[in-house]
Amino acid sequence: MKYLYLIFSSLKRKKLRTGLTILSIMVAFILFGYLTAIRQAFDAGIEVAGADRLIVRHKVSLVQLLPQSYEDKIERIDGVDNATHSTWFGGIYQESKNFFAQMPIVPEELFDMYPEFVISDEHKAAWLETRSGVLVGRGLMDRFDWKVGDRIPINATIWGKKDGGRTWEFDLVAVYDGAEKGTDTSQFFIRYDFFDETRANGQGLVGWYTVRIADPERAAEVAAAIDAEFANSAQETKAEPEGAFIQGFANQIGNIGFIIMSIMSAVFFTILLVAGNTMAYTVRERTNELAVLKAIGFTDRGVLGLVLGESLAITFVGGVLGLGHAWLLVSMGDPTDGSFPVFYLPTFDLFLGLILIVAMAFIAGIVPALQAQKLQIADALRR
Amino acid sequence: MNDSHLVKVSGVDKVFKRGSEEVHVLGGLDLEIPNGDFLALMGPSGSGKSTLLNLIGGLDRPSEGKVEVGGKRIDKLSDRKLAGWRARHVGLVFQFYNLMPVLNAQKNVELPLLLTKLSKAERKKRAALALDIVGLSHRTGHYPRQLSGGEQQRTGIARAIVTDPTLLLCDEPTGDLDRKSGDEILDLLQALNKEQGKTIIMVTHDIHAAARAKRTLHLNKGQLSTEAVD
Repeated sequence: MKYLYLIFSSLKRKKLRTGLTILSIMVAFILFGYLTAIRQAFDAGIEVAGADRLIVRHKVSLVQLLPQSYEDKIERIDGVDNATHSTWFGGIYQESKNFFAQMPIVPEELFDMYPEFVISDEHKAAWLETRSGVLVGRGLMDRFDWKVGDRIPINATIWGKKDGGRTWEFDLVAVYDGAEKGTDTSQFFIRYDFFDETRANGQGLVGWYTVRIADPERAAEVAAAIDAEFANSAQETKAEPEGAFIQGFANQIGNIGFIIMSIMSAVFFTILLVAGNTMAYTVRERTNELAVLKAIGFTDRGVLGLVLGESLAITFVGGVLGLGHAWLLVSMGDPTDGSFPVFYLPTFDLFLGLILIVAMAFIAGIVPALQAQKLQIADALRR
Repeated sequence: MNDSHLVKVSGVDKVFKRGSEEVHVLGGLDLEIPNGDFLALMGPSGSGKSTLLNLIGGLDRPSEGKVEVGGKRIDKLSDRKLAGWRARHVGLVFQFYNLMPVLNAQKNVELPLLLTKLSKAERKKRAALALDIVGLSHRTGHYPRQLSGGEQQRTGIARAIVTDPTLLLCDEPTGDLDRKSGDEILDLLQALNKEQGKTIIMVTHDIHAAARAKRTLHLNKGQLSTEAVD
């Protein structure tokens, strides 16, 4: 602690340079925090995906449908606890930019399959009583300022109605919250019985199955057994863990994680050069002072520690300011105005940011610090 | 070695390498400095005065020979132990003061005390005392750029004596000062030698400064003599 004032005093030597370096580091960490929240939004569901859940879809693609009759067959396979189906509705609410997922499902099976959806008994009962009723996530409801009792018109892009119309009207009767911070609360669940009776075609067909297995360690074995069950049929299946399925779904847009990681790597590499350059100049300009410190009794390691301490001080101030600003910006809300299922900066990534700060300080400061450590007093005093 | 000898330099050679060339600065040099001495080292540029001072202060190591201070072979100490020894036993005064520009006088003087286990309050008290001894108690909060050359050198001397070292090594302490300021510094060094019993070795080109010392030795071509060599 007693060396802190020495470290911070040294930073005041070239205030403009120190300030600009801190600013660059701050910007890098704002980007880190904000892009992390965006990546988190795209990965929503992967982290909270149940290890005991598999997704079974058509082997060819997600667009191809599966018979509803598969549910019983899947549930009879050894290792399977339960199965339920979902279908992509793909409708538009008012404007195409108001994207959110709508899925016809079987209500009782949904409650059982997704314990992370927290719904009051009153809302459950209301939904079970209302065939045109929908269950919506809290995030989605807040996004469009809906309230229970509202009638929501959705224009179908895939599923026309038997009466020839394409506008479906649903009654908002139930709301769910997420049990975890990362739970997707942007979904819109339609009752499958109402959907199947009302749609113009495709009766008895569903999009995919969600299968809960008894033992997560047997996931690969059970997935293989499901695929074997429907092998050589008209609709062969592909079963995979829920996390992998969601990841594959997100990857249809592109490998967002890779893109974000590439941007962040480029930013951090550049900032590392800036911080490293600052530290190199700092040491070069103070050769004489560092020699004096050694002359009055500071050890080689002590001087190394001081230079690394200065590097840490610069990156810590910039990094913490950056993470703080990123947290504030993320708290202000989703940049897509609600299209992301979740938008927050996970605590884990905040800690990762702190580790990055220390790593950056070390990498930027180690070479000048070693030069300072090796400085020969008599030589340096003569310069 | 006589117990009263604080410094004993025996058969010291110092060779610097410049590329493939070897430069012999000191050759087989012997020197004994008694406790409480005030020795002026004179000699032409490149004669090895500062090199000898650096060897006695543990800032450099001899190529051959022994350097003993207070009965301890300092040339054999590890770098870490030598740094600790310098912190406890040596006070250094430089020609260009070498103060930290970002620290005020008080903090500059406190620097060597950071290496001790003294509390913050005790460090502050001792730094204030050292500044009082050099007559700068009214300038403690001033930064080096706000002090005159003489005041900066006084601050440098306060930093050198704040740990109460046995030995004060001064490399051209008046070399960057005008006559009046230089005289004040020499008065101060003399007082430290007479009143506080500090052993002082001062490298100087200035005959007037050397005259303030108890004795003067001349270094020429790596050898010491009591007489100046033209």
